[in-house]
Amino acid sequence: MKPFNQTFLLLTVAAASWLQACKPNNAATAVSGDAAAKTYVAPGKYDEFYNFVSGGFSGQLSVYGLPSGRLLRVIPVFSVDPEKGYGYSENSKGMLNTTHGFVPWDDLHHTELSQTNGEVDGRWVFANANNTPRVARVDLKTFRTAEIIELPNSAGNHSSPFITENTEYVVAGTRFSVPIGDNQDVAISSYKQNFKGSLSFISVDKTSGAMDIAFQLQTPGVNFDLSHAGKGPSHGWFFFSCYNSEQANTLLEVNASQRDKDFILAVNWKKAEEYLKAGKGIKKASKYSRSRYDEKTHQATSEILNEVTVLDPVVLKDICYLIPCPKSPHGCDVDPSGEYIVGSGKLAALIPVFSYAKMQKAIADKAFDGEFEGIPVIKYEAALYGEVQKPGLGPLHTEFDGKGNAYTSFFVSSEIVKWNIKDLKVLDRVPTYYSIGHLCVPGGDSKKPNAKYVIAYNKITKDRYLPTGPELAQSAQLFDISGDKMQLILDFPTIGEPHYAQAIAADLVSKNSVKLFKIDDNANQYVTKGEKEAKVVREGNKVHVYATSIRSHFAPDNIEGVKVGDEVYFHVTNLEQDWDIPHGFAVKGANNAELLIMPGETQTLKWVPEKAGVYPFYCTDFCSALHQEMSGYIRVSSPGNNVPISFSLGKTNDAEPAK
Amino acid sequence: MKKMFLILSLAVGLYACSGNAAKQETPTNGSTPATAESGNPSYDPERGAGKFKDVAVSPTLDTKMADAGLKVYEVKCASCHKLTDEKLVGPGWKDVTKRHKADWILNFVTNTDEMLEKDSKAQAMLELCLVRMPNQNLSDEEARNAYEYMRKNDGVK
Repeated sequence: MKPFNQTFLLLTVAAASWLQACKPNNAATAVSGDAAAKTYVAPGKYDEFYNFVSGGFSGQLSVYGLPSGRLLRVIPVFSVDPEKGYGYSENSKGMLNTTHGFVPWDDLHHTELSQTNGEVDGRWVFANANNTPRVARVDLKTFRTAEIIELPNSAGNHSSPFITENTEYVVAGTRFSVPIGDNQDVAISSYKQNFKGSLSFISVDKTSGAMDIAFQLQTPGVNFDLSHAGKGPSHGWFFFSCYNSEQANTLLEVNASQRDKDFILAVNWKKAEEYLKAGKGIKKASKYSRSRYDEKTHQATSEILNEVTVLDPVVLKDICYLIPCPKSPHGCDVDPSGEYIVGSGKLAALIPVFSYAKMQKAIADKAFDGEFEGIPVIKYEAALYGEVQKPGLGPLHTEFDGKGNAYTSFFVSSEIVKWNIKDLKVLDRVPTYYSIGHLCVPGGDSKKPNAKYVIAYNKITKDRYLPTGPELAQSAQLFDISGDKMQLILDFPTIGEPHYAQAIAADLVSKNSVKLFKIDDNANQYVTKGEKEAKVVREGNKVHVYATSIRSHFAPDNIEGVKVGDEVYFHVTNLEQDWDIPHGFAVKGANNAELLIMPGETQTLKWVPEKAGVYPFYCTDFCSALHQEMSGYIRVSSPGNNVPISFSLGKTNDAEPAK
Repeated sequence: MKKMFLILSLAVGLYACSGNAAKQETPTNGSTPATAESGNPSYDPERGAGKFKDVAVSPTLDTKMADAGLKVYEVKCASCHKLTDEKLVGPGWKDVTKRHKADWILNFVTNTDEMLEKDSKAQAMLELCLVRMPNQNLSDEEARNAYEYMRKNDGVK
């Protein structure tokens, strides 16, 4: 409770009515008797929802089953993962390639499921890298990262990867404005003159999902925080919250919190498309990477692209409008009808709700309050539908239930507050343990929420679990919202630090899940289709081992003729054609991890032996009763020792004893 | 006698219920276990369990099918089965078409897991080999071609 003490002192009088909510009850009083039955998923039974949860500073994406809270999978996205060989195998290394070289660890903040007609469709889940700005697309057929695109002219990709209602675009807005253009070596204190923000609109191919930067909007230097697309009537618009309209470049904690209001930037992206078509975009040289993983060749390819098209909303007047929003807005959420836009000022004690229809009228009537850096500012009252009064302290994010209600997380007062969108009245509040950040209702930012649960992703864990030293798993909490009152029914630990998460009815995803890769379709350059094709080939100082694995042996399993100084490439093809029969591959002394090879897949491990000798290799994934036997030897000879390349399986002839 | 049959069926039913344990790799200890088929008069141990029944087999070899079967063998079978009578991981293929009927072989290679749970001949082989035959997801056509290649290997011309 220590972190809250100061807040209490300052706000005791004003917040007397919230005091109850600030002081979490103990678990015994908060959880009622039927919680266990509501979250119990019997052994062998499936969960009702998949929950795709950002792994925060772990750089990964975790998948939980709901309502059980069971961890089903960690999908490696922006960080290497030795468990799956991701970022270590020759096949997957390219996925983490950027214009800054190989980036092994990033910070994944938000997840967003693809949508069709404003409803989650279970095809892909997108994720953003906050540090080295990128957006990833994860294919939900394989639960693997299929594509990662880097964002030029960008720093701190926080306002991302939110999507339009038919997944036309994924957006990426800069948290940090930076100098953009030819001369970036400028004084930090020249923020106001030289620093710019940018909003990238990434197009997504309807069939393949392939991503491209369609255009970028160059904006005044501010910090973009979060965003959401319009839907229904407001389809064609995108809304971005921003803070630091003070344009401070130091001690932002104080200097970016001066103004009473910052902004929500409303972007008419349909209008931007028209300008783009009319050739109003300016092509600018900017380098950025794009990596794609092909499930037929089982290989990532990475390329560097050189150009983006930039639109200037100061010149192209009717693309961008600013709506004042109190106190450093964070969440920017659009209700299922598409009419209401909820801004959440981190430091505010109220929630403003804006009306899309009123905003349109304000634009038509030119009800502006001047300009900010060349962008018209709509009068606050002209766009405002109303304010939720005294909802709590420090609103962050809002999700919706599709029944006219909104659920907002409050970090400072550590609670979820349910309120009605139409009459702006608070209906219910529950404490969270402790200091909630994001929250999620299945489909909660779409046109059709599936509102059985709300999940709180808390920032502070403290005493919720058995202590594990100074570092604790962050706690998520599941609430049943099927009745009028929210009911806490489960705590579950998460990996990294979850920011945004999304959930989807399980059958929309599970029915498409790939069980294995057909060996006939394997188009890897180094595939070995059957043991007859297994071989070892020397090309200069490179030795290629074309190997197969099947329960319970490798072919070949005796290899000689490798020399110190050689680069050895183990290309292992798993010949199994049955679900859940991967094989592993490890060789002694390998300094870049191991392989894990799915049925029908080929994966490659590079190994550079440094000393002569005989090295064992073996299968690391328990595959059969004779798994311990699934092993082999590779001999490495001194450069002077003239041992020819040879390989075999099941050959038992005695060799001469060593001299 | 009727009563005995009832008791036997009950015992068999119980065994079948615990049948999931057979999915593990651990060998069943002791003597050959009682199998479901013995108490189930509808189970035909010559045919096995699966979709294949009364497969038409010509007295002469279909070389085109056998050639296609060789390709299936090389990618999906050869890792464990030699063409001689030598056991590698699984039994050698020599005379396999003389030991089992076409229906049984085709059902076993396409419906491996159910056969390993139900069929006493399949279970007896598992006790010898100790590695469950992988389900290699053979299509019906691939299985039939592989069977033709087995026949070729057994000397059918």
